[in-house]
Amino acid sequence: MSTVDSRPAPAAAPPSRVERAAAGTADYLDQRTGIGGAVKEFARKIFPDHWSFLLGEIALYSFVVLLISGTFLTMFFVPSMTEVHYHGPWAAMDGVQMSEAFASTLRLSFEVRGGLLMRQIHHWAALIFMAAIVTHMMRVFFTGAFRKPRELNWLVGFTLMILGLLAGFSGYSLPDDVLSGNGLRIADGVARAIPILGSYISFALFGGEFPGTDLIPRLFTVHILLIPALILALIGLHLLMVVLHKHTQYPGSGRSDKNVVGYPLFPIYVAKAGGFFFVVFAVIALMAATMTINPVWNYGPFDPSIVGAGAQPDWYMLFLEGGLRLMPGQTEFVIGQYTLSLNILVPGVVIPGILFTAIALWPFIEAFATGDKREHHVLDRPRNVPFRTAFGVAFLTAFFVLILAGSNDLIATHFHLSINDITWTFRILLFVGPAIAFWITKRICLSLQRKDRELVLHGHETGRIVRFASGEYIEVHKPLDAHERWLRVQHEANRPLEIEPAEDSRGVRRKGFRVDALRQRLSRVFYEDRVEPVTPAELAAAHSHGAHDALPAAHDEHAGELTGASGGTRHLAADVENTEGTDSTDGPKHP
Amino acid sequence: MSTHHDPSTDLTTQRGEDGTLPERFEDPGHPEHHDRQGDHDPKANKRAERQVVVLFTISILGTIGAIVAYALVPPGETVGSMRLSNLLLGLGLFLGLAGIGVAAVHWAKSLMNDHEKSEERHAIRSEDSVRVKAVEALREGAKDSAIGRRGVLKGAMVTSLALFPLSIAVPLVGNIGGDWDVSRSKRTIWKRGTRLVLDPTARPIKAADVTIGSAFHVIPEGLEELDHPLNEKAKAVVLMVRMDPRDLRSEQGEGWSYDGIVAFSKICTHVGCPVALYEQQTHHILCPCHQSTFDAADGAKVVFGPAKRPLPQLPITVDDEGYLVAQDGFSEPIGPSFWERLT
Repeated sequence: MSTVDSRPAPAAAPPSRVERAAAGTADYLDQRTGIGGAVKEFARKIFPDHWSFLLGEIALYSFVVLLISGTFLTMFFVPSMTEVHYHGPWAAMDGVQMSEAFASTLRLSFEVRGGLLMRQIHHWAALIFMAAIVTHMMRVFFTGAFRKPRELNWLVGFTLMILGLLAGFSGYSLPDDVLSGNGLRIADGVARAIPILGSYISFALFGGEFPGTDLIPRLFTVHILLIPALILALIGLHLLMVVLHKHTQYPGSGRSDKNVVGYPLFPIYVAKAGGFFFVVFAVIALMAATMTINPVWNYGPFDPSIVGAGAQPDWYMLFLEGGLRLMPGQTEFVIGQYTLSLNILVPGVVIPGILFTAIALWPFIEAFATGDKREHHVLDRPRNVPFRTAFGVAFLTAFFVLILAGSNDLIATHFHLSINDITWTFRILLFVGPAIAFWITKRICLSLQRKDRELVLHGHETGRIVRFASGEYIEVHKPLDAHERWLRVQHEANRPLEIEPAEDSRGVRRKGFRVDALRQRLSRVFYEDRVEPVTPAELAAAHSHGAHDALPAAHDEHAGELTGASGGTRHLAADVENTEGTDSTDGPKHP
Repeated sequence: MSTHHDPSTDLTTQRGEDGTLPERFEDPGHPEHHDRQGDHDPKANKRAERQVVVLFTISILGTIGAIVAYALVPPGETVGSMRLSNLLLGLGLFLGLAGIGVAAVHWAKSLMNDHEKSEERHAIRSEDSVRVKAVEALREGAKDSAIGRRGVLKGAMVTSLALFPLSIAVPLVGNIGGDWDVSRSKRTIWKRGTRLVLDPTARPIKAADVTIGSAFHVIPEGLEELDHPLNEKAKAVVLMVRMDPRDLRSEQGEGWSYDGIVAFSKICTHVGCPVALYEQQTHHILCPCHQSTFDAADGAKVVFGPAKRPLPQLPITVDDEGYLVAQDGFSEPIGPSFWERLT
């Protein structure tokens, strides 16, 4: 790899012309950049393989697609709110008064060849970008990939998600159509609900009164310069930290916190990840070719007196919209002369504030409860951390209830239901749903862990029914091999912390006890309910227990065999593969 | 490495010297590698290679197809031709990209060496010796800067650094909100005698033309002549309905309606969407954005949803010619609530 010397190697065959050219180029570059060291370091860097690691890649690649298609669009889009009259091929809008932003959107859709395709690619890519970010965060959350040393990278990723939301909202508003204009009006309404500063924030956004003439040019700068630059910089930081930390890996035999098992960057991931970029781009292109998105030419230009029924924001904004729809209006208060609109502040500011703060702080909350200072590079199986998994599912349940509430009008019209009933159902579900989801998920996790224990202790059911001479039937169980077993016993179950007492032996109050007590309470909430992985001693005991009625050999000639039947009443840990009698101390020998 | 008879994983051999079992299981080590068909069968290998070539060829054809579509199928003037142009260009792009992507992934999976490798990890933190040197470097630097006990210098530096952004921030904040006259959002151009005209044709409305059960989208006369018609329109739009006067249970002011005709601000008191839907049978006005529902027959009181206050009513009457006019402007600020609304 580090061929920086242009002289031919002595013993090898004389290099071809291509090889000489490559060596010459490498030499030239290395003498000026010292890149040889980086190539040596990174070319064969190992990355683990798993489909769920592709989610972050999808986010990255859809961002690249956004940059490519967005650059195309800026060549034709005019970010101006100057009113013009449209004349062009879209007959339905002929002569209609509209802003230049909207008119240029129509022009780049219908008169620029390939413009509509690029616009649709851009919009679809934006939806996929956010979806990939959110699912990638879910993967990182549920597998505990945010644990030390990756807490800071979690924050970088979190900031990227927020920037993605802002990028989406600012871009969505640029065409200045009826839908996006009403979205801005809602944003204005939410901003104005902020106590004391509200009106001034609204004026600052719009350069005066809504809608004014400054907003589109301002959003344009934010959308094509400020946010993309920040996103790019943070993506760089995000990936730098991935390289620095080396990627996490799923548990399995041969994988530990001390190594990383997978394939080298060159050539495997150059081909796989590079190829995957084209796959992601291709899928987006196919969507843009076949599925219309945001047909602003049907909505018309923004007019503050028009709104369409069944209007929806892009999916990642639906949870905010849902919150606004659910909050009852009775929560607006007048204090003295001043109006406090909790009916807007709670769903528009408080709820997203809580949701986002919880996401951002989770790694630190969990680390506090766990008291764990070690580095973690092997991922958790979600079942092995029931509280976190249950919390995540509860969180997502609240998120999805809000998303559904943001579409309550469409649900009403599609299923012929009363909008009032739906709204009330969601109001209740927003609180009850997460609680139920938490409980169910936690139970499922614990059950899956018990299932793992069961499997390790007693092995796979083989479907082989064996009859003893005494007439007794049992099903033969096949023990797990070492690799199957390792997957199910490799984790450590977190236990509630034990702390030092409040007072030492001389009755002096200890400093920091209250923090410790809080930590202990939290860790109890997290880890009180747990299932410990099987230990070698437990397995040995299980084997010896089975040995009471075990067969001398797996293929007992005296026993009748009923293959394929099921419903053995007892478990038998007859070791088919290994030799019998894994135990000698606490169980009788085989007959 | 054998999967089943590895002595290190066999329970019987995991006992310590004293015959006790360890606390935890031991990692059995990397599982055995399974070769692919193509690793042994040259035919399968060759077949995979051909598949990759075909995929790259599909990409080439796709790109050519997109260029041909660009040249031969312009978007044209009809919906059909626009759709066709978009479809063909997009399909060409799709094939051009998908061919490359699938070819590369297939190549990697079927032809490249698929033996997993293991690389060691090292603790992220730097070695103690490095840390010592780092701290030393900072100490030396601090010493070189001679900042140590010079409190005034430090104070001056911090203050100047903290202050300088003001010369950018002050002009920015000063101008970003226009003239900052936030009280304008409390006023509309409706005043005594302003004619109600149709949106968007600006035709005046005769009371006699408003049939029972109908709803009109109304703007004040003279909107178009203003400097910022959209800003004023965003506050002044009105929804006007006529119902049987006997159905009118209440209104916000005595005599604010005219013969069953009531006019309300069309800007929702929740977050400001236009409340554009009118249900003739129930006299309900519905906001399509967040489903706040107002009862036009009962002073536009909220009957459901996230809004708290009724839509402000515009007092109306007719002028000498029989056209509908405002008796006066709105008696309260229209639209969503804000902190100083009632001041």
